[in-house]
Amino acid sequence: MTFWPALTVLFSHWRRRPGQLATLLLGLSLATGLWTGVQAINAEAKNSYAASAEQIAPEQFASLVSQDGKPLSIADFVALRQGGWRVSPVLRGQLEVGGRSLDIIGIEPLTTPFSFGATDQRGGGTPAINLDFLSGAGQALVNSTTAERLVDAEGLPPLVIAPSVPSDTVLVDISIAEQLLERSGEIDRLMLAAEQPLLRVPLTEISQSLRLIEPREPAADAAQLTDSFHLSLTAFGFLSFAVGLFIVHASVGLAFEQRRATFRTLRTLGLSARGLTGALAVELLVLALVAGGFGVVLGYVIAAFLLPDVAATLRGLYGADISGQPALRPEWWARGLAIALIGTFVAAAGSLWNIMRLPVLASAQPRAWAMQTVGSARAQTALAVSGLVLSALLLAFGSGLPSAFATLALFLIGCALLLPFVFRLVLKFGEAQARSALAQWFWADMRQQIRGLSLALMALLLALAANVGVSTMVGSFRTTFTGWLDQRLVAEIYLRVESDEQRRAVLQWLDGRADAVLPIARTDATLAGHPGEIFAMANHPTYREKWPLLSARDDHWDDLASGRSVLINEQLSLRAGLGLGDAIMLPRVGELPITAIYSDYGNPAVQVIVGLDTFSRIAPETPFRQFALRVPPDRVSATIAELRAHFGLSAEAVIDQSGIKQFSLRVFDRTFLVTDALNVLTFAVAGLAIFTSLLTLGGMRLPQLAPVWALGLTRSQLAWLELARALLLAVLTAILAIPVGLVLAWMLLALVNVEAFGWRLPMLLFPLDYLRLGALALVAAGIAAAIPAWRLSRIAPADLVKVFAHER
Amino acid sequence: MSARFWAVILVALLLAAQAFAQGFGGLGTRAEGFAVPQRGTPFTFPRDHGAHPNYRIEWWYLTSNLRAEDGTEYGIQWTLFRTAMEPRTEDGWTSPQLWMGHAALTTPDKHYVAEVRARGGTGQAGVSAAPFLAQIDNWVLQGEPGQGINTLTAKASGTDFAFDLKLNADGPLVFHGDDGYSVKSQSGQASYYYSQPFYTAEGTLMLPDGPVEVTGTAWLDREWSSQPLAANQRGWDWVSLNFGTGEKLMAFRLRRGDGADFTSASWIAPDGRLEALPNGAVSFTPLELTDIAGRNVPTSWHIRAPERGLDIEVEALNNQAWMNTSVPYWEGPVRIFGSHAGRGYLEMTGYE
Repeated sequence: MTFWPALTVLFSHWRRRPGQLATLLLGLSLATGLWTGVQAINAEAKNSYAASAEQIAPEQFASLVSQDGKPLSIADFVALRQGGWRVSPVLRGQLEVGGRSLDIIGIEPLTTPFSFGATDQRGGGTPAINLDFLSGAGQALVNSTTAERLVDAEGLPPLVIAPSVPSDTVLVDISIAEQLLERSGEIDRLMLAAEQPLLRVPLTEISQSLRLIEPREPAADAAQLTDSFHLSLTAFGFLSFAVGLFIVHASVGLAFEQRRATFRTLRTLGLSARGLTGALAVELLVLALVAGGFGVVLGYVIAAFLLPDVAATLRGLYGADISGQPALRPEWWARGLAIALIGTFVAAAGSLWNIMRLPVLASAQPRAWAMQTVGSARAQTALAVSGLVLSALLLAFGSGLPSAFATLALFLIGCALLLPFVFRLVLKFGEAQARSALAQWFWADMRQQIRGLSLALMALLLALAANVGVSTMVGSFRTTFTGWLDQRLVAEIYLRVESDEQRRAVLQWLDGRADAVLPIARTDATLAGHPGEIFAMANHPTYREKWPLLSARDDHWDDLASGRSVLINEQLSLRAGLGLGDAIMLPRVGELPITAIYSDYGNPAVQVIVGLDTFSRIAPETPFRQFALRVPPDRVSATIAELRAHFGLSAEAVIDQSGIKQFSLRVFDRTFLVTDALNVLTFAVAGLAIFTSLLTLGGMRLPQLAPVWALGLTRSQLAWLELARALLLAVLTAILAIPVGLVLAWMLLALVNVEAFGWRLPMLLFPLDYLRLGALALVAAGIAAAIPAWRLSRIAPADLVKVFAHER
Repeated sequence: MSARFWAVILVALLLAAQAFAQGFGGLGTRAEGFAVPQRGTPFTFPRDHGAHPNYRIEWWYLTSNLRAEDGTEYGIQWTLFRTAMEPRTEDGWTSPQLWMGHAALTTPDKHYVAEVRARGGTGQAGVSAAPFLAQIDNWVLQGEPGQGINTLTAKASGTDFAFDLKLNADGPLVFHGDDGYSVKSQSGQASYYYSQPFYTAEGTLMLPDGPVEVTGTAWLDREWSSQPLAANQRGWDWVSLNFGTGEKLMAFRLRRGDGADFTSASWIAPDGRLEALPNGAVSFTPLELTDIAGRNVPTSWHIRAPERGLDIEVEALNNQAWMNTSVPYWEGPVRIFGSHAGRGYLEMTGYE
């Protein structure tokens, strides 16, 4: 017996059972697809961060602006240059072109600290100038996305593609920006080169009316912040992959067991154990490659489908911009196929090992597959317990996001592995309670069936627990967030004025029309070494009554108002390890004690709140241009309309707080769309696993069912019992999944969120959601069991009789 | 000083960056709309110390050999280039006049370089004739009222160096070629070219280790034109040399791919009388190559002018005096040995 004929024989099995082949391929494709899709999303996002880090933005340079917010002049620019300051002008504004609002950035290429398409990098110290940019009609540098949108647009210089220009942004020479924006001779900011020459004239001797703006934090921060998000995506992908492997394991195991007779025949015909194992390995390799290929394509589809949501999530949560379109990269193929191969062989290793050791004339008893030895069940329980112990140890001693995820993973795996053990206990109990013979058989048979179903049930447990955990986390998050919004957005109207004159006029007008006018101002600052912001808060009952405090000392509002103390957000408290009574160093005013910590969900940055007077000392040049207005609820819309009409304020300048709330909640809901989608996918995979397993068992359990049938039970009675069994198992799994899911939720809220976002949320319970999930599990199990049960009800009595005839 | 031809490359680069990739031979030779130097045109001062915006390229080019009290030698360069995209002036950002400043300070073991650029029309850079002021950012070359360019203050600063020098001319202006009409190739490209080579200099250098008081000599070149090099010229080697005898030499060689180089030189007597030496009267032979970031640059030369009994070796004070600017080149102080001794400056382009 040679290798190739053996392989042909082995493959003939799949030809006869296309359904089984489809299941195997589907399981493996799904597993690979989810894994690849998640990886692709992560890769795409990372690429976007890298690209955005290189993108042109005047904010990336420290800059000088005028203190009163008015434009600077060319004379200001020349005075600074002649004082030795290497500054370069920027003129920026919005322009409607072809129905699109474009961000026009005018720069001066001879002095600009940017290196990009307007200059010609040639390896020398200073880049050469691209003269076409500043002479003749000039050039409009745009990225390819913007260029496509502007194909027929008129009124711009010839478009030139420059990938480093952000979307909907047009980079032009400042002389062109002057014309486009109709702002001849004006400059919005003067970017400071990173390196300045010796012997500069002090800035204050050149002008008293300039203000220095620090450069914006580089986008590397976004990558760091979003790490946690990508880690959770990866965890989801891995979970899906693990669940997918259960399917593969079940299918491969089934295929091996069904062919035991064939194996025996092949061996007796002279095929060595090694030859047989080799042939099976080749078979698996082919299947893995085919399924892996499908999986990669599927992964691409998943990524393309989910990426817009991921993009929305990242924008909403972190303000990080990524593109909404994945690219099918060659490395995906390599990785996808590799993971499919590894997965297949991991799932099939046990079966292959058995074949290797199988004596030539071993019984081809199909039941052998379903029978787990007592020893291996014990081993699994031991493994489960050690996983849980390890998880507990990590919980106690670990720190950091990876450790939090490891705690979570070990806990989930431990629980899943423990499932058969728990089932055995429950079913033993059920059996003990059973009175009738049929009931006793029902329980005993179920206990025996558990062994074949345990993997599928473990998959179901994982999917259910993940669902419970994630929905609890998201639900807690949303409820807390909504409540927090109500506390935080206390005023009815938020107002922004454009100038000091307008402020005076608006305030005068509001006198008598609003119950309270509370100034707001903010400035960027480095707080305990972290980039963050300082807010000014008025001394008013509005805040005293509602501000969402986590902990506070007595009289903190009075201390805040009198400048004796500050409030910090939870993120700053956790990141810098600051608590009540600690002091924080603030610019120009020195150290101030912390007397309260407030929750600040949805904000990635650290924050300090100070009183109005303190703020004026910290940032004397920052004017109070924003106000929170308290007006009676029935006057809100009228006041907004009057403000807009009287002072020509734009829609963004006068905002109804309910509008802000709606917007915030919309961002929030978008944020968790991805989690939902992945949850549903995981669920689908688990349902498929149950279906495969039941199908497998259905064929093999005939020897168990035939005697019962012979004793007088009808086929349809048997079928109903089968269905009832499946439903009972699903219910049991769902019940077990709820506590597992709640622990998972607790871990997500107390460990992962704190590490990832810097805030801790209270955990809330959502029993209705869990009921719904249980029902969903029942439906999934019911659907999965329906076909095998239906088959059983239609089985030819002759087939059942044959069981006795073929008794081996 | 002699032909600051490398600025021609600058122009060509500015106007057609791709020409660079084809070598120096690919440079354009047109001058549409721009004024072109004419033989026999008299100079008018102080007007001609100022800018000539109708010509495409122009420069104010100062080099100085200096010495500290401890005997350490230094060199400085202060250069302002003007290039025009069109022959007109205009106020504001739309001006087609572009300016570029290069400053360098060379010590025996360090070479500091700075580059700044500006657009005409804003006041960030420019040159006025009387009183004389050439300026870009905080770099100035400034004269005194009624003194033309006889007394100058030269200032510049980079991120790691600065200098502040007072210059006094004790000789007349000299006019190269045919009374200031300087031919640059066999086919007749030419520029207006005069120099003030008789400056004594004193002042302060700011170095990372602190200020250094120095004295020495300086040489100012003024040149403007609209015609770049001939199509087959690939670069040049140029020297301005002060001999112990009080005599001076400006000489350059334009290298051609086919070996038919073009040379031109001015022999300047101590009283300022200038004798133009025709093509072939001076020979340049490289003696030693220095590896500068993968480029082979000759930093030691054998220069001969048999008619004048000149047979000298010229050797760089610091052979790493590479100008890592948007148009890279080599420029630095040199020592002179042989039939004549002295100090001077060497410039080389096209060694990419």
